[in-house]
Amino acid sequence: MSTLSAALPHLPILQVVVPLISAPICFLLQRAGLAWAFSTLVSWLAFATSVMLLRAVMADGTIHYEIGGWAAPWGIEYVIDAANAIVLVIVSGIGAAVSSYAPRSVLAEIPASQRGLYYTAYLLCLAGLLGVTITGDAFNVFVFLEITSLSSYVLVAAGAGLDRRALTAAYNYLVMGTVGATFFVIGVGLLYMVTGTLNIADLHERVPPLLDNRTVHVAFAFIVVGLGLKLALFPLHTWLPNAYTYAPSTGTAFLAATSTKVSVYVLLRFLFGVFAPTSGLMALTMDYVLLPLAVIGMMAATVAAIYQYNLKRLLAYSSVAQLGYMVLGFAYGSVDGLTAAVLHLFNHALMKGALFLALGCVMLRVGDVTMHGVRGLGRQMPWTMAAFVAGGLSLIGVPLTVGFISKWYLVGAALEDGRWWIAALILASSLLAVIYVWKVVEAAYLREPPAGRTVREAPLSMLVPTWILVLANIWFGVDAELTVSVARTAAMGLLGVAP
Amino acid sequence: MTAIAELAMPLSPGLLVVLGGLLVPLLPVALARLYVLALPAAVLAYTLALPSGEHAAIAFMGLDLQLLRVDKLSTVFGSIFLIALFLGNLYAWHESDRMQRTAAQIYAGAAIGAAFVGDLVSLFVFWELTAIASVFLIWAAGTDRAFRAGMRYLVIQVGSGVILLAGVLFHVHGTGSLAFGHIGLDSPGGPLILIAFGIKCAFPLLHNWLQDAYPEATVTGTVVLSAFTTKLAVYALARSFAGTEMLIWIGATMTAFPIFYAVIENDLRRVLAYSLNNQLGFMVVGVGIGTEMALNGTAAHAFSHILYKALLFMAMGAVLFRTGTCKGSELGGLYKTMPWTTGFCIVGAASISAFPLFSGFISKSMILTAAGSEGHYITWGVLLFASAGVFHHSGIKVPFFAFFAHDSGKRPKEAPWNMLLAMAATAALCIGIGIWPDPLYAMLPFPVDFVPYTTGHVITQLQLLLFAALAFTFLMRTGLYPPELRSTNLDSDWIYRKVLPAIVRGIGRGIDAVWGSLTGIGLALVSVAIDGSARNFGPNGLVGRTVRVGNGVAWVTALLLVVLLVSYAAS
Repeated sequence: MSTLSAALPHLPILQVVVPLISAPICFLLQRAGLAWAFSTLVSWLAFATSVMLLRAVMADGTIHYEIGGWAAPWGIEYVIDAANAIVLVIVSGIGAAVSSYAPRSVLAEIPASQRGLYYTAYLLCLAGLLGVTITGDAFNVFVFLEITSLSSYVLVAAGAGLDRRALTAAYNYLVMGTVGATFFVIGVGLLYMVTGTLNIADLHERVPPLLDNRTVHVAFAFIVVGLGLKLALFPLHTWLPNAYTYAPSTGTAFLAATSTKVSVYVLLRFLFGVFAPTSGLMALTMDYVLLPLAVIGMMAATVAAIYQYNLKRLLAYSSVAQLGYMVLGFAYGSVDGLTAAVLHLFNHALMKGALFLALGCVMLRVGDVTMHGVRGLGRQMPWTMAAFVAGGLSLIGVPLTVGFISKWYLVGAALEDGRWWIAALILASSLLAVIYVWKVVEAAYLREPPAGRTVREAPLSMLVPTWILVLANIWFGVDAELTVSVARTAAMGLLGVAP
Repeated sequence: MTAIAELAMPLSPGLLVVLGGLLVPLLPVALARLYVLALPAAVLAYTLALPSGEHAAIAFMGLDLQLLRVDKLSTVFGSIFLIALFLGNLYAWHESDRMQRTAAQIYAGAAIGAAFVGDLVSLFVFWELTAIASVFLIWAAGTDRAFRAGMRYLVIQVGSGVILLAGVLFHVHGTGSLAFGHIGLDSPGGPLILIAFGIKCAFPLLHNWLQDAYPEATVTGTVVLSAFTTKLAVYALARSFAGTEMLIWIGATMTAFPIFYAVIENDLRRVLAYSLNNQLGFMVVGVGIGTEMALNGTAAHAFSHILYKALLFMAMGAVLFRTGTCKGSELGGLYKTMPWTTGFCIVGAASISAFPLFSGFISKSMILTAAGSEGHYITWGVLLFASAGVFHHSGIKVPFFAFFAHDSGKRPKEAPWNMLLAMAATAALCIGIGIWPDPLYAMLPFPVDFVPYTTGHVITQLQLLLFAALAFTFLMRTGLYPPELRSTNLDSDWIYRKVLPAIVRGIGRGIDAVWGSLTGIGLALVSVAIDGSARNFGPNGLVGRTVRVGNGVAWVTALLLVVLLVSYAAS
């Protein structure tokens, strides 16, 4: 007990260091079973840490943690407020669910020699994502972003055992991801050149007066585009569909639910926490770049999803569309819009996590996640397909699911600004989402299974984590009190509005 | 009474039925049959004992929701929905399909729930739930036609919900009130909400889903379907748009135009679907007039209409169940072996035709009188014409072609006992209300100062009916009556079955064209790399296919340029 209370003030650093140190240990463990058990334990520890941090932040406000005792503008500082505390919970929560789900799926999809490495890469990725989210230092963001990226290329490439195309997908992802990270670091470098600081809070004081400085403009452009690439802002999403399609099921579920969300958060942090949200520069970028791209992406990617035959690819396109919703939310630049964006960040992680985990069950039993593969599965794998349908309903935004909460706030925020045509487009894209979800339902429930195929329901070890996420979809869809209050606090914090 | 009042938060009767319905799949079939009779009966007793006022207020996402508002209007609709559910369940006693039984309870529960809510968000939730639950009654028929009709039905019904939600958002942002009360066309969301209600109420040109889908449902499914969706819409209209003059014209059109389709239609269940539309017109006129007497008439007519329409669908369902067809051209002479069904069908026909001493008479005459006394003479005339028309196609045509006419040689068995019992109970209610209307009048939203059985009302109605009968006889004798042919009537649903898909394809091509030109005249870098063609969004299209690394980087460069230009423009 005493050790625990002694550890409490150090939770911020433990949040990152525990998974980071665990990665090499996991590598040394070698054996898949041990590596799995260890990485799952670490994931749950990280989840517990993040929940404690969120509670502390909601109760007492922002936490500052100076690493090594070096004071802020010079040393590296971890800063946790509502906006990143909720992202930490998303990342570690999804990590805990996915790693609990993993052993059977990994056994089936990844060659024996690579399983230990796969868990190691997962832990590195987890550490990187948590680090990006928690840190209050711009260069530190870059370092963790690279840790995340390199390990996620490995996670994608691990799908090569099933389909060699995973290698080209990972290579494509590597090139694009590196371009994105490089753009980001160029932007940070330029800011450092002008201001002489890397601390985000410090930048927030020094950058706004310099907003008519050309160097700052270039830095702004590089950061927006670099992070836009990382978060798969349409049309910079080109790396995403293949990466999600060919990665192993667990890798896809983890990356889809967390990595783009973290990038959205970083973009939010830089747009609102470094550059002045009320400046003309921001207003123009929002209105003429981010908003139109978000709207086009939301529509085009949804239409693209309708035509997909491979379900992982279908969900990947749907992710691009859903990221459009998030960008849309913060492109309004209002408290309501930002609340909707942060809320959707959380809600979308729950939906996509549940959906990709359900597809992982299909992959395990059928070995084929195409429209053909799911035919007749409604009867053969009732629990798996029910989970998929529930996730799909949430994606559409049916009441009593988290999707509805997100849509409600997004549409409300659009109307608040008098942008009724955007509200109409959001509803239209929800209707289009009905089509692609329906295509799967039709195949699974109204078509006969291919002759002679007999499949059993997925094992409990996979169904339970899947259903935990499905139930979370419903739980937070019915009782949105908690998520909405956190999202609102986060939005106010980012905009610097007093609550 | 006090016991219920003391409950901290009394539950909505609709919610009770929905939750009760969820238990149905868990019960053995034999038990489920009894259970679904007990459920509406118990909930009806509970409903009638609810104290009036607003209960069950809950805060959800910062919205104040009102799940239970009890007043006379909601009670009269809630009660008839529960009675209809009971009768429908009795009629479906023989069914062993769990899905249908469950779907029927949830569907009815959602409609009942919607009748008791006090705010627009809860209304939306129940509104969509009726759409989703009811489609299973159509799909349960298991035919490919039913599946496709069900899909069209679902798209339209869910679409109505989405339009409703959009309207509600505008309304709430415009007025700040979530209350499900009078809205009117002046509210910013009013027109959208009216369209959403209008779709469910089968307004002219928005009506096709009804004739399209109802006749494709199962024998028992159609009986249940006919009771709830459209009457829920009438209820919603009466709540929110009473006295909107436009509705008088819409309603009058609704009463008149389905008659022509009904005359030439061969499928007798589809004839009934058209006459359902015609009867809804009377209620919409009542809402449009909006006086106390007219609204009373609307509520009373909805009450009696649910009963006799269900009775007619039950009789036709029994015919379909025994003979496998419902086409006028293939039936005839069934009275010899199905005498009871024939008798009940005639009671239903007499009620819908508003014969004195039957339920239609005491409710329809209220709307007619309201129209006459408010000076809507053209409307009154149209309604008279429609009354003659409905007598003609539902009162005479349906029983005549099914049970009499030329002998088809079919000698089916009499309907099963449960169907007969359900029809007998419904028929008894039809006659009972016709003879003794006072208990129904006592339930109506406003005090009733109306005597149906005056010499004038009775004589007018009898004259009308006799002349309509004369016209039918004359046309039949002279051979002028359109023969019952196997035919498909082209209605305005052609627009969304054929034209809309064509338009959607056109838009698709337009998008392709825009994409093509964008990439063509846009950045040279991009167009070189994209290999020229951008056919569609599919796996081989511009958006859907795997994009080469080079193209991806080209997009990055392009976007960087755009953001730089924008930030230069800002300074």
